[in-house]
Amino acid sequence: MLLISCPNCGPRDETEFHYGGQAHVPYPEDPYALSDREWAEYLFYRDNDRGAYAERWSHSLGCRKWFNAVRDTVTYDFTAIYPMGDPRPTTSEGAVR
Amino acid sequence: MADQLPEHPDFLWRNPEPKKSYEAVIIGGGGHGLATAYYLAKNHGMTNIAILERGWLAGGNMARNTTIIRSNYLWDESAAIYEKSLKLWEQLPEELDYDFLFSQRGVLNLAHTLQDVRESQRRVNANFLNGVDAEWLDPKQVKEVCPIINIGDDLRYPVMGGTYQPRAGIAKHDHVAWAFARKCDEMGVDIIQNCEVTGVERIGDKVVGVRTNRGNIATERVAMCVAGDSSVLADMAGIRLPIQSHPLQALVSELFEPVHPTVVMSNHVHVYVSQAHKGELVMGAGVDSYNGYGQRGGFHVIEEQLAAAVELFPIFSRAHVLRTWGGIVDVTLDASPIVSRTEVDGLYVNCGWGTGGFKGTPAAGLTFAHTIANDDPHPLNAPYALERFETGHLIDEHGAAAVAH
Repeated sequence: MLLISCPNCGPRDETEFHYGGQAHVPYPEDPYALSDREWAEYLFYRDNDRGAYAERWSHSLGCRKWFNAVRDTVTYDFTAIYPMGDPRPTTSEGAVR
Repeated sequence: MADQLPEHPDFLWRNPEPKKSYEAVIIGGGGHGLATAYYLAKNHGMTNIAILERGWLAGGNMARNTTIIRSNYLWDESAAIYEKSLKLWEQLPEELDYDFLFSQRGVLNLAHTLQDVRESQRRVNANFLNGVDAEWLDPKQVKEVCPIINIGDDLRYPVMGGTYQPRAGIAKHDHVAWAFARKCDEMGVDIIQNCEVTGVERIGDKVVGVRTNRGNIATERVAMCVAGDSSVLADMAGIRLPIQSHPLQALVSELFEPVHPTVVMSNHVHVYVSQAHKGELVMGAGVDSYNGYGQRGGFHVIEEQLAAAVELFPIFSRAHVLRTWGGIVDVTLDASPIVSRTEVDGLYVNCGWGTGGFKGTPAAGLTFAHTIANDDPHPLNAPYALERFETGHLIDEHGAAAVAH
């Protein structure tokens, strides 16, 4: 079981959280301008990185707020937790305390 | 039961050095890669081919699955390919001349809510129309098929009935791999273990070879059968796939006398259980929610499936977990596989079988081989092309029937 540091509630068990998949996938600015291929990319294609991965979590049994995290998909270690809307941290900024 | 196990023969395949070039290279020496090579050689006469396996033969998901074979899927496209697979399973022990303990002991899919009942009965009717054997059983009939199930109303989610597919069953997965490997080897296929692909060579939109830790290999056809690592490999070839990799766990108990005569699956309380020939109870459940390549998952997932199992089968409360493990499954958003050409000439992809790839092994091999040999899909896998994510012709087994494969 993962121990996840909710930015609002502190470290809690994984079972309190809901996984939201890849972070930073914005709704297309003009969906009507997209080709079928591009629309398929938005709907169905997500990165599936081996290693550091920026993803969304919701503390659904706690504060019910969403946040972003960078987690290693092989070791499952969290390396950063940061607010939704912020860019993905590049260095130690946002590192898990 | 143990005396039914056949003797392990000495050497079933050669361990050749990789040649400089092949007519086709299959990446991944699991069940799907082996079956693909088998049908390429047998049905299409392509024997100058190699299977490249990063580790040892059938050491990935082929060694980690819960060996359930069934074809009672809702949608026409699914019923067609999985039923073909089941028919191939029925003939393969003789065809491969290897008794891999394919046991058609049936599968029960339990219903625990009124909605479950309605969906299950709908699926039985759909199965009838597609020529798939299926029956709806009331709780008493469920108990007759599997006497150790608790059908009392003291359960949080009582058994309200179930669907039964008598032709479904299990097989011994490692023996399946060895059976395919021996035949492939006999037909001249090179099975190359400890050979990791580190790059896919392209000239423009065409594949020309692969780089490996044992040298470069020239080929005009590269076929991917690497399940959980499909995205990583696709990235080497410069394409993207609509899949996500998740950990999926399974477990076994210690050995018991035969107590469980069939396969029982429950989506609602989410556990699936059979008893292997050796005697272990084999159980699995759902994937861990997050993306993961770690071949391990959270213990709470195991805990939930055991809670469900003990409630359904009270005698299991005295059993012990002997071993748990995880594999990496590649899941598509419609929970149906991808067996397809790609935007790169000569690059073919077989992935996305998610949690249910074992049962699909023969049909995946048959249709993927056809696709590779003809550069055109077999009618059975035409609906499983990558294009479906653009056209919207999804085969939504997630929503339809099977949370668990």
